[in-house]
Amino acid sequence: MCLAVPGRVLDVEERDGTRMATVDFGGVVKEVCLEYLPDLQVGEYTIVHVGFALQRLDEESARRTLDLFENLGLLEEEFGDPWEAAASEPVVAAGSEPAAAAPATATATATATAAETLTREVGR
Amino acid sequence: MKYIEEFQNPDLAKRLLDEIHATVTRPWALMEVCGGQTHSIIRHGIDQLLPEQIELIHGPGCPVCVTPLEMIDKALEIASRPGVLFCSFGDMLRVPGSGRDLFQVRAAGGDVRVVYSPLDALKLARQNPDRQVVFFGIGFETTAPPNAMAVHQAARLGVPNFSMLVSHVRVPPAIEAIMCSPDCRVDAFLAAGHVCSVMGTGEYPELAERFRVPIVVTGFEPLDILEGVRRSVRQLEAGRHTVENAYPRAVRPEGNPAARAMLADVFEVTDRAWRGIGTIPGSGWRLSERYRAFDAEHRFSVEDVTTLEPAACRAGEVLQGLLKPHECEAFGTVCTPRTPLGATMVSSEGACAAYYLYRRLGGTPVPAAGKEANPVG
Ligand code: SF4
Repeated sequence: MCLAVPGRVLDVEERDGTRMATVDFGGVVKEVCLEYLPDLQVGEYTIVHVGFALQRLDEESARRTLDLFENLGLLEEEFGDPWEAAASEPVVAAGSEPAAAAPATATATATATAAETLTREVGR
Repeated sequence: MKYIEEFQNPDLAKRLLDEIHATVTRPWALMEVCGGQTHSIIRHGIDQLLPEQIELIHGPGCPVCVTPLEMIDKALEIASRPGVLFCSFGDMLRVPGSGRDLFQVRAAGGDVRVVYSPLDALKLARQNPDRQVVFFGIGFETTAPPNAMAVHQAARLGVPNFSMLVSHVRVPPAIEAIMCSPDCRVDAFLAAGHVCSVMGTGEYPELAERFRVPIVVTGFEPLDILEGVRRSVRQLEAGRHTVENAYPRAVRPEGNPAARAMLADVFEVTDRAWRGIGTIPGSGWRLSERYRAFDAEHRFSVEDVTTLEPAACRAGEVLQGLLKPHECEAFGTVCTPRTPLGATMVSSEGACAAYYLYRRLGGTPVPAAGKEANPVG
């Protein structure tokens, strides 16, 4: 019951003096109470918990967060230790694919394995 | 919803992990407060991807788990009465009371029903005017406003045969209790995103300041959790302790004002016992004076039911982050989701259940059948 799930508003209507909506959760459609988000419009996304819309899902900040993740390399350049960064650069032999190069540090190996695991996991 | 899928993007996850690996210089213990986050972490193996110095400690954020035995016994007592139609969320059915569970009450002839929303319970009350319909109101700040609305509507529509057994809990006093514990090892908190969707972030600066502990509001997708960890570690390494919002797409600083107003009207703060932990001052809600008529404890005179917890289950230590589930002797042997000894195993969001489902006995993650739509806690 703890799950709060994102869904998209299909329609909105007043029932019994209560503002209700039909919300699509990727194919599963449920009745949702809009009393806590009365100005939610058809087509918008919301987080729904036990039949209640609790917060608008803000696509704008979702994009911003993803952009931040996208730019994390830059962050590292800006705040990281440049000497360390240089030392941990993988040594790429001429002509070989970067992916095939041996990772230079234990950290790099760990993260590579980590990312593979995550790829497997989320790729299911 | 495309961007939700993108929050599981492995390339971006790798970048976040690189950044975390590059930042950490010494050991830190981070507590994720919410059971939904625990599940996401174990399911995606996030704890195993992090640098060895970072330990994720599972917090008390599973409302089913922390509901005290006493409350379960009160629920069982009420549900067994003739003429009562008892409703609860499905995950309460298998939570063991001192002798039995709601499932067994139903098998013995009790009318116990599972509802998806508290408004469904209210609907049942209106459809069955000759029955006493009782809803088991548990949950954190995310669930409390929907439950408050059901009580408010019952009063507004005049539904005299509806009542609620209220066992709501609040997160900030739990954080305070954890920080005050002499065994506390927590260096930073990943605060529960959806609790903050309702409550906002206003309750946290005081805690962050008083305990000098970073608090980062964190979502539930793998990238959200990695970002929560990244921000916590940056703060810790820099010796800072502030409140940050790493889940802005669902959390505004003010939360949801309409929901908070309803909470303030229907409920009042009270001391609440947490299963395995004990009573934490100011950590719960009960119905306010205006709505006392809808209080099932009073209506069915079960105020005085008291019970002691069994000694075998170590859920109390698990809930406080002092013990990992697989370190419990009963884990996976006498205690499994089918034969749970404690609430942390019975609830699908409990830490013991998460370890059992995804990790078994502490080895590599065992992918469960992909039944979870979106692990967004
Ligand atoms: S494994 Fe079972 S007995 Fe052990 S702490 Fe968890 S719920 Fe309790």
